[in-house]
Amino acid sequence: MFDSFLQNIFNALQWGSFYSLIALGYTLVYGVLRLINFAHGDIFMVGAYIAFFVATTFLGYALSPTAALALTVPLTMLLTAAVGVTIERVAYRPLRRKGANRLYVVITALMCGLILENGNLALLGASRKSFPQLLDKTVYTLGPVSLTNQKLAVIACTILVFVFLQFVVTKTKIGMAMRAISYDKFAVPLMGIPLDTIILFTFVLGSSFAGLAGLLFALSYPVLDPYMGALVGWKAFISAVVGGIGDIRGAFVGGFLLGFVEILVVAFFPSTYRELIAFTILLLILYRKPTGIFGIAGTTKI
Amino acid sequence: MLTVTNLVVRYGTIEALHGISFTVQRGEIVTLIGANGAGKTTTLHAIARIAPPEGPRVVAGDIQFEGKSILGMEAHAVVRDLHMALAPEGRHIFGNLTVEENLTLATYARQDTARIAQDLDLVFRLFPRLAERRRQRSESLSGGEQQMLAVGRALMTGATFLMLDEPSMGLAPLLMYDMFRALRELNAQGMTILLIEQNARVALSFAHRGYVLDTGEITAQGTAAELMANPEVKKAYLGG
Repeated sequence: MFDSFLQNIFNALQWGSFYSLIALGYTLVYGVLRLINFAHGDIFMVGAYIAFFVATTFLGYALSPTAALALTVPLTMLLTAAVGVTIERVAYRPLRRKGANRLYVVITALMCGLILENGNLALLGASRKSFPQLLDKTVYTLGPVSLTNQKLAVIACTILVFVFLQFVVTKTKIGMAMRAISYDKFAVPLMGIPLDTIILFTFVLGSSFAGLAGLLFALSYPVLDPYMGALVGWKAFISAVVGGIGDIRGAFVGGFLLGFVEILVVAFFPSTYRELIAFTILLLILYRKPTGIFGIAGTTKI
Repeated sequence: MLTVTNLVVRYGTIEALHGISFTVQRGEIVTLIGANGAGKTTTLHAIARIAPPEGPRVVAGDIQFEGKSILGMEAHAVVRDLHMALAPEGRHIFGNLTVEENLTLATYARQDTARIAQDLDLVFRLFPRLAERRRQRSESLSGGEQQMLAVGRALMTGATFLMLDEPSMGLAPLLMYDMFRALRELNAQGMTILLIEQNARVALSFAHRGYVLDTGEITAQGTAAELMANPEVKKAYLGG
């Protein structure tokens, strides 16, 4: 019983990592623009597909899987960031310039997500893609718990991303500017700071980590389809809100929390109950603390 | 240094300035006085190039800095390249950042590390309270301290031209005295100041020259002494 509990914790950390990585992107953009970027789950999907094409191209040039992986990681993050930035420039910025009501921007985000899903469907068809094996699976047995290198990599990446983001946001000028925008957007240009650059940087961060999440997801579950981002995206968004949207620690903790709840539910109940019980628990958390775990009523922060 | 010519601006469809002209020379303290809604803040927002919808849209006239039009510039570039900074009405400090972070953020576009350290020393000397509270979240400051931070932050951008929108608003008399003493010292060191002040008496006793703004038009101008002696100004703005 206890043995399987430890195994479950490890699995939960891995699942939670995906939610956390995606939730960080939701929370960054919300913290800066007060925009719920509903296209973000689909950016994750696009990231997985970009990883697929990049990896197969490299493998096609007879690179070793390890070398291909080493090149696929940065390139996927870069290209996914480019997609996120493009959406910002083409869809969100013009609305922002015109002072559009936030509701219209959120609807635009939803539509961008649908366009990404259906654009993928139109371009690549409905058949699923199977992701190449880039990382040979190694199983480490630690007493009763079996750890795989893939899962360890996922967890390690997420923790690294969190530490990196926490550093950027608290210690660097550009991070200070991101926090400043969330508090008073009007005064930021008066400090000599180009607003659009900061917003662009925010999308680069959020989208590149969604790309990383897509790649890691594809390494662990190597079947890609155009709708893979929808449910995971929603769950990551909910994690970010439960953690306290706008707060990086909130996204991190919220993601892992949802991972734990889901895995533990499945350990004790039939797996069809997973979402039902998981979301009921999250609902109760929000009922107790409507601002989320790290949220503070009124003020905004990242 | 700054020349505003026949400036007409709109907020949406409402014309807020109907063709105003004025100048500010290097090293001067110039004040714009006038009632609420006369267009004083709008004028500063237009010069600071704050973009619509928050800022006004220029439909005619020109704003020139050292002989070059700045109408094509963005707000951040005005601060970064022309060293003109605005301490806006209502302070607009970043309450979720510490005092020190607010001041550091204002140096975002600067590379001159040595000068930044000097400017920080200057800000802390002019406003010792900010030094005492440097590690506090700035929303925990009193109103007067927040006003000091707003002015200090504008200085930290490396400004040589300071626009101040109601810097004495909400200040207790003693703090107001401190604020104007600090501004006078800055001016003595060469800072050019364009000041908006609700209290015309305070503004005219502090400034070299002034303009009276009335519902989007300039109705009187002159040296501070001339304006204080002007019967119309006396009657409307100085309480008789």
